[in-house]
Amino acid sequence: MSITLIPNIADPDGFYDELLAAHDGLSKEESDALNARLILILANHVGDREILDQALRAAQNSGMAAT
Amino acid sequence: MMTQTRYKTAFTLYPYKKVEAQSRIDHHPVVIVGGGPIGLGTALDLGKRGTPVLVLDDHEGPGRGSKAICFSKRALDICHRLGAAAPMVEKGVVWNVGRVFYDDGQIFEFNLLPEDGHRHPAFINLQQPYFEQFLFEAIEEAQKAGAPIEIRGGNAVTNIATHDIYTRIDIDTPDGPYQLDADWLIACDGAKSPIRTMLGLDFEGRVFEDNFLIADVKMKADFPTERWFWFEPPFAEAQSALLHKQPDDIWRIDFQLGWEIDREKELDPDNIRARVDAMLSSQSGEIPDYELDWTSIYTFQCRRMKEFRHGRVLFAGDSAHQVSPFGARGANSGMQDAENLAWKLHYVLTGQAPEALLDSYSTERVYGADENILNSTRATDFLTPKSDMSKIFRNAVLDLARDHAFARAFVNSGRLSVPCVYDGFPHFGEDELDGPTVTRPGSACTDAPVKNGFLLDNLGSDFTLLALGGAAPDPLEIEGITVKTLHIATPSAGLTTRYLGDASKAVYLIRPDQHVVARWPYFDAGKIATALRRALGKD
Repeated sequence: MSITLIPNIADPDGFYDELLAAHDGLSKEESDALNARLILILANHVGDREILDQALRAAQNSGMAAT
Repeated sequence: MMTQTRYKTAFTLYPYKKVEAQSRIDHHPVVIVGGGPIGLGTALDLGKRGTPVLVLDDHEGPGRGSKAICFSKRALDICHRLGAAAPMVEKGVVWNVGRVFYDDGQIFEFNLLPEDGHRHPAFINLQQPYFEQFLFEAIEEAQKAGAPIEIRGGNAVTNIATHDIYTRIDIDTPDGPYQLDADWLIACDGAKSPIRTMLGLDFEGRVFEDNFLIADVKMKADFPTERWFWFEPPFAEAQSALLHKQPDDIWRIDFQLGWEIDREKELDPDNIRARVDAMLSSQSGEIPDYELDWTSIYTFQCRRMKEFRHGRVLFAGDSAHQVSPFGARGANSGMQDAENLAWKLHYVLTGQAPEALLDSYSTERVYGADENILNSTRATDFLTPKSDMSKIFRNAVLDLARDHAFARAFVNSGRLSVPCVYDGFPHFGEDELDGPTVTRPGSACTDAPVKNGFLLDNLGSDFTLLALGGAAPDPLEIEGITVKTLHIATPSAGLTTRYLGDASKAVYLIRPDQHVVARWPYFDAGKIATALRRALGKD
């Protein structure tokens, strides 16, 4: 199985909005903590180590390209 | 000259006695330096096999203080084979409930319900001096039965000179110095191993240090037999804190203090009491009556020697490898060194195996040490996050663990020691049985119920052929070694689950240290002979 890197969320603008709204009014520290909790919850939901490895690599690679 | 006292002993086990050998240079097949748990365990295993062994210790008994307090099932299984486990289990404390706290409140609790069909619990809490005492008593029993074991307390090794096939040892005693020669020297002389230093050897790998304040507290109060672990306790200015029950109404309390500390200040009894008061009253609001039994500050490192065999000198236990205390991987892994080394050295000394077999002691136990160091380093990284982001994730895990079961799996205050599996190592053979993974070649035999008790009682200390179901195989004589046969025609449900799986019959070849060499769905004398030759290092 391979990670889904094409659009997969029905309402991308709506979700993006919700993601940002979750951080509204939070300090940097609170936002970092929220992000960390979110990553852990999503990672556990995915579960599959292969997919998680691919997700880590995809995240690393895009970050590298930007710098 | 008197031998130097490096520490106070808990009690005397092997008082110094002048022996005639101090007037000449005697020759010994095996000398063990260090009469701690690993030295005594190795001596007992060798001596019961009939190999003469001399133990030298510069003190006269175990060091004072609880030190190692958690002994795992595998260590107990090894001690049981050596005849020392019963009083350990009798004296030890078994606990099942653990509580994890973060900041000022409990985030979750767990209950380690024991798995059925094992003689021993997953672990017991027992002060190290008792562990040593019970090993020593088993040695006395073995001596009465003729085991050639001698222990000389008050004998300090001051120098060694290694030669191709022996080592000359300089020893100091209250009656002055003497020398002896050893064909084989086993250094069980602890983390600061003087033998290692004398050979100019060192540890390598990741150095990791932290300071821990230990307080053994004697408390008659009705406090639950549970393991309590705090992350960032608000009460003790510590990064973590651990409370653990031991025998004799003693509670072990560990405070993780971090890098930069003022040792003298931290060891001031008033300061220790302030911490302990805060901890013991944190849940009930009341400070129970207690007394400080023993306190100490210790630092630890996670690293090992590159190799555990250097010619005719072998290193076992803390002299060879060190880990953090979380996970109970110190003394427990040392006992696995002892069982791995003892049978190999015995087989080499009796000419039943080539000397090269001892290289596999190093490669196998280096692998075990690496696994322990990995686990211990991971626990330490969780306890002491090394970057801002690792701390953010660590605290996110703890916050989530309060509400969600999944996050509790990430909480790491030490993964309890289980024996490593020597997957793919050259002295193990084929896995032709489509059987359970828990008993694949390379694994330490797991216990299971049999008609007259437990499986491990019946495996003994020699090469054994375990035949489950089918017909009883004929006794085998291979390479001059009689392979004992244990045939169980109708295995119990537990034995079936752990050793057969879906198979109706199986044949296992088991090493003298009760590790699975190879397994097959049928009896084949040729394949068994090949596997045995491999196990002995003859191929």
